[in-house]
Amino acid sequence: MKDHQAGYIKFALPKGRFLSPTASLIAEVDLRFEGYGDKTKQYRLRSARFSSLVAKILREKDIPIEVAVGNYDLGICGSDWIEEYLVKYPAGALMKIASLNYGEGDIHVVGSAQGGITSLNELSARQNDCRVVSEYPNLSEAFALNLRMRRFRIFPVWGAAEVYPPENADLAVLWGRSRAHIAAQGLIPLDKLFPVTAYLVANRESLENKDLSQILMCFDSKLGAGPRTSMEHELVICKELKIPCPLWSAKEINLALPDGHQQAPAAQFLEQAGLTLQGYSEEVVSRRPCVDLDWLGIKVIRPQDMPLQVANGNFDLAITGEDWLREHLCRFPSSPVKKLFGLGFGTVKIVAAVSRDMPVNNIDELRSLVQSGKFAPLKVASEYINIADRYLQDNRINPYKLIPTWGASEAFLPEDADMLVDNTQTGKTLEQHKLRILDVLFQSSACLIANKDSLASSNKKEKIKFLTQKLRAGLKQIENQNAKGKNTK
Amino acid sequence: MKNQKCKGMQDLLPGDMLRFRRIEDTFRTCCRSWGYQEARTPTLEYLYLFTATGTLTPGMLSKVYSFLDWDGWSGERVVLRPDGTIPVARLYIDNLSGQESARLSYVTNIFAFEGTGKKNRERWQCGAEFFGGAKFAPDVEIILLAEDVIRKLGIKNVRLQLSHAGLVKALLREFKLSPAEEAKITDRILEGDWETLTRAKSTHPEMERLMAALLGLKGKSSSFLRNVKASFPTASQDFKSSLEDFLSIATLLDNMDCSYEVDIATMHGFEYYTGICFQFVAGGEKIGGGGRYDRLVPLMNGGDVPACGFALYVDPMMRLLPPEKKKGKSGILVKGKELTPEIVKTCFTVAQFLRDAGYLAEIDFAGRAESDYEWVISVSGKKPSRLVLKDCLKKRRREVTSVAEILEVVGEG
Repeated sequence: MKDHQAGYIKFALPKGRFLSPTASLIAEVDLRFEGYGDKTKQYRLRSARFSSLVAKILREKDIPIEVAVGNYDLGICGSDWIEEYLVKYPAGALMKIASLNYGEGDIHVVGSAQGGITSLNELSARQNDCRVVSEYPNLSEAFALNLRMRRFRIFPVWGAAEVYPPENADLAVLWGRSRAHIAAQGLIPLDKLFPVTAYLVANRESLENKDLSQILMCFDSKLGAGPRTSMEHELVICKELKIPCPLWSAKEINLALPDGHQQAPAAQFLEQAGLTLQGYSEEVVSRRPCVDLDWLGIKVIRPQDMPLQVANGNFDLAITGEDWLREHLCRFPSSPVKKLFGLGFGTVKIVAAVSRDMPVNNIDELRSLVQSGKFAPLKVASEYINIADRYLQDNRINPYKLIPTWGASEAFLPEDADMLVDNTQTGKTLEQHKLRILDVLFQSSACLIANKDSLASSNKKEKIKFLTQKLRAGLKQIENQNAKGKNTK
Repeated sequence: MKNQKCKGMQDLLPGDMLRFRRIEDTFRTCCRSWGYQEARTPTLEYLYLFTATGTLTPGMLSKVYSFLDWDGWSGERVVLRPDGTIPVARLYIDNLSGQESARLSYVTNIFAFEGTGKKNRERWQCGAEFFGGAKFAPDVEIILLAEDVIRKLGIKNVRLQLSHAGLVKALLREFKLSPAEEAKITDRILEGDWETLTRAKSTHPEMERLMAALLGLKGKSSSFLRNVKASFPTASQDFKSSLEDFLSIATLLDNMDCSYEVDIATMHGFEYYTGICFQFVAGGEKIGGGGRYDRLVPLMNGGDVPACGFALYVDPMMRLLPPEKKKGKSGILVKGKELTPEIVKTCFTVAQFLRDAGYLAEIDFAGRAESDYEWVISVSGKKPSRLVLKDCLKKRRREVTSVAEILEVVGEG
């Protein structure tokens, strides 16, 4: 914790799904954090009622860790992220104070209608390896261990877990609004782990040593309320659910396409390359777009998850960012994934940046500063945890601590981290947050990646060649158009 | 920033290592003399070796150090070995299963997370496993081998406590619980919570009498088990056959004049035990334990091979080890009057000559106390007599001219 914030009570507030109800609660308990609402654009807030109370708006996933490490005294976040932390670190300093009684849905363990697993008993008796995909890898592992599953592999994903079964996973541990909601996605709800409710959480040491009573008293009416129970009737059994079977059949070649920011430029590129897709444009989003090549299967997943999925042979090809490929290869150097060629869109720079108040202009000066004992250990926030780790080791920064984030690392500086390693397109966001770029690690664009074994496979290589030639031709065409455009100008 | 060792890890200082090696050497010598061959397994194993029912309990599994290796992109997790027996069973299956029986021993570290960080997360153990073989005799052999090691180490007031996993499981079945409830109670028992059994309601009034006899009494000979057998003629067949097995081993131990205590509640820790379980307790600490685990090798696809084994826990034994008799002065200190290249070279030459002749020779660079050594050789630049030999026991000095002369004098001494 920084000295200039000593004496303050620090509150971590969520953005995303719980922002709106939490803003209503904050208004109801009269903490008066002006500007905390759906349209908020700032990260830092100050209470108009308590002069010593400050808050920061963080991604919900980050809140349990930030409270546990003592960067925040109090926080509000969903029970799913709390349990994901507690199941791995039960002796950690994260304390649940009270359920705030708002939230929606449950964490479910689901199988697929076509996956052949319809009950938990089948899972414990299963002799084969079971692949579990989830945004909650710790909860998934605890579930598998408690069920005494003989052999399992957990695949952590950044999102879209529901799209993996049955071809790419046997089970998924995911959030679902209701069993019917899960069934509507062609999945079988096998077990309900717990309801997702917002909780007030605190750091253990803060509770023991710091006077938080005035703030806790504001939540008076909320304390002691039991956790939200699932609204869904427990007696609804699997057989009564109508589970539509998605139209799916195994394909010879499987391609993963990105969602999120990369979706629009990727869709445009594919269209220009002459690959006609249905369900992969900005207006219509399908996790399984259709294509006019009967041997090609396509799924839309997070670009962050693609290298690992390609490595495991779930996909032969994928369009992702060079940043995520490098992040994967830093962690798994022998992974059978390779970059085929760059696609020229989605270009960002991966940079190391510090607060402008830090008296350093480059990484060498930072090294000296850390060696002098100031900022030791250097706290580094990054969503590219393996790239950041490698960068710090290569530059002999010692000691340091990595703080994994789920994006928006700039919110962590300067109070909760000393440096970030993150991507930037124009550098404007970093500037707005009064940050200084110390180093550009590399430039990253979208690229086509492939599984090395698929490239060598006699059954696949001809079709992969056909597809990559098509994409290369499209790329060439775009490059020519761009060059013409420049000349005309 | 001060260098700090990782939370829960321990340094073994030279004094600790002397005690450690005493235990290890005694254990290895005993094992060799009993026909056990030493094996060593890797520190990393695949997690799935430990996850199936009948291996480690969920409580133990929640404390393993599991992670993805550098080539862990396939999602296959590895663990820092959390137990000694399962990796040795894997080693046996992978390499030695052609043998009718195998006696293996090992000295290894195991890793288990411990929340407070005050206890060791890395622990050392000396273990022995007997794969194959008939019943009863191997069970008794491993108990007697463990006792032999403890006796030779001179650890006093050691109590041997016996239980029987088959008996406990048969007892549990008498409660007629659902499979899920039975599994839950088994886990609790294995974590040492026997109260859970007394809380579980029995459908049969006879059970309470049986429970009182087994949990409340501590027998000191096989007669106790005979009394239990005679008192409960209506017990299940599973219970009776486990009791019979227990009785055979206890009778053999009686015949071998091995004293023990029957304490059914001493069975905890490992799910893989199927028959006799035992533990050694000294100074209020558990210093070792073991038992029969007939289902483990089949569960690991290693065929129908019965097995039993034990592990002695080095860390508590190091604390209980009686002090070694203080040795007198020993060794030869070779010291230079000055640190000139010529004198240093002579020091190394003299010391190496002595070592080659079988003496312990140490070169002094930092002013070691001469009183700790039997002999001190001072090397100077003077000629012709550059070496002065001092007998620290008889307090005599003598000038010598060659290393051969040193050897002669030291040999006479």
